[in-house]
Amino acid sequence: MKTPVLNEMYWLVKREFWEHRGGFLWTPVIVGGVFVLLNLMGIVTGEIIGAQHGIHFMFNNNSLLNHPLSAEDMSKAGQMMDLVMYSTSFIISIVLGFVAFFYCLGALYDDRRDRSLLFWKSLPLSDTATVLSKVVAGTVLAPFIAAVCGVVTGIVMLLLFALTLSFHGLNVWHLLAYAHPFQVIANLIGTIPLYALWALPTTGWLLLCSAWARSKPFLWAAVLPFAVGMMLGWFNLLGTRVVGNGWYWKDVVGRILPGVFPGSWLGAGNYQNVSTGAEHSLDVLNLGNAYSVMATPGFWIGAMAGLALLAGAIWLRRWRDDT
Amino acid sequence: MNAVVSAHGLSKRYKNTAALDNVSFEIQPGRIVGLIGPNGAGKTTALKAILGLTDFQGELGVLGLDPRKQRGKLMEQVCFIADVAVLPRWIRVREAVDFVAHVHPRFDRKKCEDLLARTKLTPDMRVKQMSKGMIVQLHLALVMAIDARLLVLDEPTLGLDILYRKQFYQNLLEDYFDENKTIIVTTHQVEEVEHILTDLMFIRDGRIVLDADMDAVGERFAEVMVGAERAAEARALKPLHERQVFGKSIFLFDGVARAQLEALGEVRRPSVSDLFVATMKGTYA
Repeated sequence: MKTPVLNEMYWLVKREFWEHRGGFLWTPVIVGGVFVLLNLMGIVTGEIIGAQHGIHFMFNNNSLLNHPLSAEDMSKAGQMMDLVMYSTSFIISIVLGFVAFFYCLGALYDDRRDRSLLFWKSLPLSDTATVLSKVVAGTVLAPFIAAVCGVVTGIVMLLLFALTLSFHGLNVWHLLAYAHPFQVIANLIGTIPLYALWALPTTGWLLLCSAWARSKPFLWAAVLPFAVGMMLGWFNLLGTRVVGNGWYWKDVVGRILPGVFPGSWLGAGNYQNVSTGAEHSLDVLNLGNAYSVMATPGFWIGAMAGLALLAGAIWLRRWRDDT
Repeated sequence: MNAVVSAHGLSKRYKNTAALDNVSFEIQPGRIVGLIGPNGAGKTTALKAILGLTDFQGELGVLGLDPRKQRGKLMEQVCFIADVAVLPRWIRVREAVDFVAHVHPRFDRKKCEDLLARTKLTPDMRVKQMSKGMIVQLHLALVMAIDARLLVLDEPTLGLDILYRKQFYQNLLEDYFDENKTIIVTTHQVEEVEHILTDLMFIRDGRIVLDADMDAVGERFAEVMVGAERAAEARALKPLHERQVFGKSIFLFDGVARAQLEALGEVRRPSVSDLFVATMKGTYA
């Protein structure tokens, strides 16, 4: 038996999914599909050009794969394959960033513009739950689907490579067992709470603009911070130093706009100690390392600021009266 | 019985115009109240205040709750149809029913499905594929399946053809309304609602200029058709309004003794629209 609050949240998030199925589900699926298709086309092109020029890659018996693999080889092969899965996820996550950005920007604006707000407001739903459901949909549900799509695309890519190699007499199927798809999925999904928290200033700001703007929320969201930055730069140029330019661009604009792009916390400064100490480049993606960004005060200050912006968005959602 | 809506000194200003100007009224349960007024008179503002969609000055209780502070609780017992075409365009019939069924504690899914079965709507249909009339059918099916105590309708039939309009009010009366429910309706199509209203409220420039039940309206106002020879006599009784038909004058009187009027000519009960025109004379001048 679900509690009423969870039940309400479940259906609100489900509603967001219904409305944004295109962005949340079909976009990552299509991007993954196109990525696989492009690779397939590349492989086919390679095969045909190779055949036209009489080049046949056939691997001999003395290739590296016939002797038993050392533990190091296995680990390397596994990491290579994990890398493929991470790369496909990375591509999809960039697309996810755009989806989440424009989703948040429209989430509290579109239904005011088409007046369907009045329908939602005729139901016994709290504005707090409504706004939070949009945060959950944009920064938990959407990245979850994107992570699954990314890894599935990676697996399809691996199968495609293995299939191609097997046409050339190179049997690598058994190597697939060394990949860690579940670990990759677990890593990606395990990062989602970090992502949602890191993105809070951005989701908060975008939702606030979305709830505030009478028209063109994008202008409010993007142009306003840039205009303020220009003014600051101008004041600083005149010698009246109000706040540091660098601080403003990095810790304000840098947090309220690109935060919905996964991995934007990987920027310089947050991982100085990690990047030198990591044994392997992929280790930076491991959860322990990823979460070490939480040790920085900026992370929590940003999250708090994000919550304040969200509170503003909730208040506007309750009282904005322009339909 | 406690009033469903009780307003005391309700005011709301938008920049420099008063949308509601110190308005007080009460609405009793089991009534169908027509809130009628010209464009910009404050009808929608009054409804928004009742629904907790806007802030205001003054006191307002709806079902004993404060719509500003207890909106979530209030909306379990209050439904509204703002006007046609406010259903989200992307939603499917199935999704809309599913969603309302799971978030509204007083929604009767079976009743909603029965109502939908009487229409041409199919579960997979999206709102954006529907005509205005079909959207209203869906909206009405959703709302009528909710056992609410107060239903607020703001221009519910705007832009619908006459078949849908008739059907709308017929459904509402036959399958929804009972003595435990209250309906507040605003509309410009006065002729279509006047026979279903139990109470009439005229609003003009943010003020209630008439608030009476239909029986009282029938007693208070009368229309007399007077020949040209006695027109001057009729004018002496200070009619609200005068118009000419086939060389005769029709006068509308407010609170003049029936016997006096019957001496002048044939006395009728005025239609709400004639009463409205007479009351709102000069609004746009």
